[in-house]
Amino acid sequence: MPFACIYVPNFPVAAVLRAEPELQARAVAILEGTPPLDKIIAVNEKAARMGIAPAMTKPQAELCSELALRPRSHLQESTAHAALLDCAQSFSPCVEDTACDTALLDLAGMESLFGSLPEISHAISNCAATIGLAANVAVASNPDAAVLAARGLCGAGAPARVCVTVISAGKEAEYLGPLPVEILFPDRLEGEEKEETARLLETLDRWGIRTLRALAALPEVALSERLGQEGLRLQKLARGAASRTLVPIEAPLLFEEAVELEHPIVLLEPLAFLLNRLLEQLCARLASRALATQELRLSLDLSNLTGIDEESDVGIPSESDGCESKENMWGQPPKPALSEVEEPALSLSKGAVRRSEAPLLHHRQTQFRRTLRLPQPMLDAKIFLKLLQLDLNANPPGAPIVKIHLAAEPARPRSAQGGLFLPPTPEPEKLELTLARIAAMVGEQKVGAMELLDTHHPEGFRMQRFVAQAPPEKPPKKTAASTEESIVTALRRFRPPLRAHVTLENGQPTSLVCKKKDVQGNVLWKAGPWRFSGDWWEREAWSRDEWDIALQNNTVIALYRLVHDLLGGDWFVEGTYD
Amino acid sequence: MVSSGIPAIDALTGGLPRGCLTEICGPASSGRTTFLLAALAAATRRGEFCTLVDASDALDPHSAASAGVALDRLLWVRCGESSTQKNNSPQRQRVTEKHRNQKEGCPISRASFAREVGISSRAVPERRLEQVLRATDLLLESGGFGLIVLDLADLPLQAARRIPLTTWFRFRRTIEHTPTILLAIEQHPIAGSCSSLLLQLGAQNNPEETENNDDELQIDPPTHAHLLTELNINAELIRSRLERKPARSVTFATKTAWAG
Repeated sequence: MPFACIYVPNFPVAAVLRAEPELQARAVAILEGTPPLDKIIAVNEKAARMGIAPAMTKPQAELCSELALRPRSHLQESTAHAALLDCAQSFSPCVEDTACDTALLDLAGMESLFGSLPEISHAISNCAATIGLAANVAVASNPDAAVLAARGLCGAGAPARVCVTVISAGKEAEYLGPLPVEILFPDRLEGEEKEETARLLETLDRWGIRTLRALAALPEVALSERLGQEGLRLQKLARGAASRTLVPIEAPLLFEEAVELEHPIVLLEPLAFLLNRLLEQLCARLASRALATQELRLSLDLSNLTGIDEESDVGIPSESDGCESKENMWGQPPKPALSEVEEPALSLSKGAVRRSEAPLLHHRQTQFRRTLRLPQPMLDAKIFLKLLQLDLNANPPGAPIVKIHLAAEPARPRSAQGGLFLPPTPEPEKLELTLARIAAMVGEQKVGAMELLDTHHPEGFRMQRFVAQAPPEKPPKKTAASTEESIVTALRRFRPPLRAHVTLENGQPTSLVCKKKDVQGNVLWKAGPWRFSGDWWEREAWSRDEWDIALQNNTVIALYRLVHDLLGGDWFVEGTYD
Repeated sequence: MVSSGIPAIDALTGGLPRGCLTEICGPASSGRTTFLLAALAAATRRGEFCTLVDASDALDPHSAASAGVALDRLLWVRCGESSTQKNNSPQRQRVTEKHRNQKEGCPISRASFAREVGISSRAVPERRLEQVLRATDLLLESGGFGLIVLDLADLPLQAARRIPLTTWFRFRRTIEHTPTILLAIEQHPIAGSCSSLLLQLGAQNNPEETENNDDELQIDPPTHAHLLTELNINAELIRSRLERKPARSVTFATKTAWAG
């Protein structure tokens, strides 16, 4: 039974590089500890060539101007670890979470799905690269040999290289022989384990045992007499003969990405840049598990000055309302983009106190949350980014952002069977983006589908979300125009209704005057009144008399609905029959 | 060509052409909105999704339901000032939350019903027109709709005529070779040669015609004995680029929802 090991060398550095890919070409060192005692714990290959090594202090490292120093981020390491497990689980259902930088897979039966063992190994390596991790992949007939092989190419002190290794059954000792004995022990040990390991290594060093081949060649009886069962265990590992079963994990379907910012950001443009990166990573992880998402949750940690009134209308200056073209259709230049504002940091809020004037203000963090619910499961990072941008334009955070957390709720991807004779249907992704853009223009409550309410009120309806989904078949509702034989006269409403001054004669309207010049004059014909009332049990009761009247409108006669509000006493022209 | 939902119109024009712009013109009470709803009903009956870009927010949902429109297949874009634009303008009268209940779009309380709610939906016509044209561009680009209706009927003529012909041309080119029907409702023709079909509607009852016809216009009381039951609409085919038809007109009757 073959086992594969995915090992990410220099994991703290790899986690940072996953979050900031632009640092790949630079020398990077990771700091940990409380200033001023923080020290370097990990470096990449370029930094090592420049002479930067772990255990150096920060001042020592800062002497190298080209070095990028980053604090250790457990948040980024946990997301990188989650991404590593997602990658592993896309190749095998049996995955062991061996360490934060190591995952073991059971490849039994996978060759018929993914090809030969070398092909699987390369596919795993490519998948890890897709999610932003440079991983070593090794395949062997037992888990421990696979782990040693994957780690061995990035052994202690050796520069990290990405490679793929496939060890044939029975050849473990041959492959593992040249590796140093230090590789048998985990990288970071503390306390008693560290001391015990140091004693073992010192003993082996005094014996002249420096490679696994040398350790494997020792006589077992003599080794057990000197080092006990631990020595025999290490010898089995050195020979590649250790055998154990995997402890598989049942990883929760949790797709989250987060990034902590060294400096708060106040502009939407850099925020969009970071969101794009997080979304691409999320979508890659979802795709590796053949999933999509129907809900995105964005959580921003804000750095809030106590001088800001949270109730006031504050906000990060936003881009123009959804229009991306350089010129609008009138050929006029667009509103200035956010990056063109001269002092963006000072435009956060109208009542904000400038930093220079209030040095003693304290910072406190607040959270800003937005949830993006999609009508159907989708997996398109660009669409998600655009929807988030439009949402943030309409609802800006209102303060500098120090941390971004993005979570996706997994869902089964939608499947649709197209038909040759089916009517056209809007694509869900395009439609969602279009609706968001239109909502940014006219308002969220002004675009959507209608739903009639169970009331006699003439405006008894509400707007609901428009979803281009074929509803289940139901018997057609009988309406006046359910057959095409009778056409129903439509009412065209004035919103708001037009206030009218009506002249009455014997309680009947004979003429009216309105602000709208076309709607006034003598009443040529009238029908009514028809009395309606309702909601008398609610606070907002209504009662009205409706008249259908005909007025002379230039050269034609137009029909209107005239309403007398019985509770307020006013007259309104509610609409026209058209 | 697909059915417009009105058999008389289908006999006159052959139906509404796909991939083309159709204009329906007429004054108030000429049957434009009736035609609009009949076309939407026919399209939704065919299983298509439709959009109404309403420049004046004039659609009556109950009329639409009575006409047979499947409301869940109709995307309604209500142009006018958004709530954020209203709140930011010091001249707008703010409708406070206590005067709203769960019924969207209702002038709810007695006080709010009796009070003109600012000039929120009577935003300057240019702003509405800009929203209409932008929304139309976005919807045409999105695609997938069987019928897109632009309701410009209540826009002042001066504002409607400001739409450049290049815009209409762009709309027409976008829907060419697609199954989408673009229908524009207006007072007067404004798309010029970009429209493939132009219909002029008019109410058959006008002062000149009904002087001697006291049956339709009864001025004598009692008014509660009167009932508006039907409108007679006259439709004249002004232009059709699709088939050579002699210009002629038809008349059809529409019934009110309570006429039975």
